[in-house]
Amino acid sequence: MIAGHLVAKNVCWRPGRNQPFLLNPVSFEVYPGRVLGVVGPNGAGKSTLLRMVYHYQKPTSGQILVDGQDLWGMSAKVAARKVAAVLQEQPGAFGLSVRDIVALGRTPHRSGLSSEGARDAEIIDAAISRMQLEALVARDFDTLSGGERQRVMVARALAQQPQVLVMDEPTNHLDIRHQLEILSLIRSLGLTIVVSLHDLNMAADVCDAILLLKDGHSQGFGSANHVLSEQLVSDTFSVTAQRQVLSVSQNQHLTFHLPN
Amino acid sequence: MIGAGVLLLLFSISVAISVGAVSVPLQTVWSILINQVAPGTIEQDWSKGREAIVWDIRFPRALLACLVGAGLAVVGGSLQAVTRNPLADPHLLGISSGAAFGAIMVLMHTGMFWGLITVPLFAFGGALAATLLVLAVSQFASATSADRLILAGVAVSFIVMSLANVLIFLGDPRATHTVVFWMLGGLGLAQWSHLIFPLAVLALCGTYIWINARKLNAMTVGDETASTLGIPVARFRLMIFVVGAMITGVMVAFSGMIGFVGLMVPHIVRMLVGGDYARVIPASALFGAIYLLWSDIIARTIMAPEDMPIGIVTGLVGGMFFVWLLRRRAR
Repeated sequence: MIAGHLVAKNVCWRPGRNQPFLLNPVSFEVYPGRVLGVVGPNGAGKSTLLRMVYHYQKPTSGQILVDGQDLWGMSAKVAARKVAAVLQEQPGAFGLSVRDIVALGRTPHRSGLSSEGARDAEIIDAAISRMQLEALVARDFDTLSGGERQRVMVARALAQQPQVLVMDEPTNHLDIRHQLEILSLIRSLGLTIVVSLHDLNMAADVCDAILLLKDGHSQGFGSANHVLSEQLVSDTFSVTAQRQVLSVSQNQHLTFHLPN
Repeated sequence: MIGAGVLLLLFSISVAISVGAVSVPLQTVWSILINQVAPGTIEQDWSKGREAIVWDIRFPRALLACLVGAGLAVVGGSLQAVTRNPLADPHLLGISSGAAFGAIMVLMHTGMFWGLITVPLFAFGGALAATLLVLAVSQFASATSADRLILAGVAVSFIVMSLANVLIFLGDPRATHTVVFWMLGGLGLAQWSHLIFPLAVLALCGTYIWINARKLNAMTVGDETASTLGIPVARFRLMIFVVGAMITGVMVAFSGMIGFVGLMVPHIVRMLVGGDYARVIPASALFGAIYLLWSDIIARTIMAPEDMPIGIVTGLVGGMFFVWLLRRRAR
């Protein structure tokens, strides 16, 4: 799998012509194989931004480039070969097996009538073993635990062989162990990744760069140390943030308090 | 699995032809059928009357049961995927009511001014209008979630049935009993010359749905995920609704309103063959056909020699299934 070079140039979005912008022009660049974390309070425009990257909501203006090609100048099918997404929506009650779900990743690579070829099967199996799902292939997706489901959805995205992977709050509703698993997974994929996260310390740990959003405006883009400063975080989240050094690991850690 | 299903289907057709006011032995049934296809292969040891019963009445009726059962099951299964709602069914979503409205309009008011095809065409028009109405209502009431879409369907169904009742009320009272047939569902009007319409529509629309099985799978995950797989979600959903209205329209035109087939059959099929729509669609067609054959056998024998409307049987069985499904989903 080849990681892509992702560039957003002044992308913005509003629902209609005379309505206010939900996301004002924002730009960023993610080098191949790097991880960009998108953080911000609820309603900051994280989902809006992600939707433009995974080809669901067209930017009102601005461009998103994958390896120099305009994502929104492509057909949905071609775009789907470049960008995959692991979202919070999950299949339910339809009895699809783990393998059925992972196989969905091949959809943009196949034409209407063709059946699954040997190469497709190979890619699907590789994605399944990459996510250590071999023991679960025949299981009904509905019967899986939260962590297993998330791994299936990642395997599905890998089967899509994208250059860029978008993940919308992948640690949501997972216990700590599975959160850590997903995060180490994110680091190990070798893909260019855009991930939205709620936990700022996690974001600082996992991401090579951070994009901080508030009320549809970019508050900063750059390294975690730079963007997640006490001042910026305090302003953005309306809290008092303090950066401390943990005594044992010597890692930086943010703590938060309600302002007096 | 499919092989066993086909055998079961053939057996069910034979029984459906054999059973009735005049009972015809299975062997005679097959002899008559073979002789009709290839005349003179089997020496005739049955009366002309029996031959007429088997070939002119019961066989087309059994085939109509197959087509209607297959069609409604396929529509139900595909609607469940695009609405991401395991309770979706052409009957519950008001599509059947729309089709019945169209059929009643022709039967009681306009007459068959385009010949035989008038009823299915109007039934399709009514089904499509009801479908669009359900979609509009669910948009208007912001009721796009699974359970509320069904409520929108029930609401539209009530409105459309009221309008249909107005048509009946304004129409010729002597024609009323024909219309009651439409309301309750029945296969008693099956004729060879009519079968081509449901057959053609099912073959075309069913193939379209089957080709798109992979998209149906993706739609069960969610709109946004399906979209990231390169599927034009809104357009595809609309296509499935239109195709579903076509199948439902033509089936209702020839058999009336037969409820819950589309709800029940895909669920049972998923338990047998799993959730992949590439298998669910053909298996639903097969088991939908078998299910309706046996429903018709029950409807014809339970109060023999009276024909009970088949909609009563499927309504009773389907309603109980619905309750069971609610209970299962609640857990």
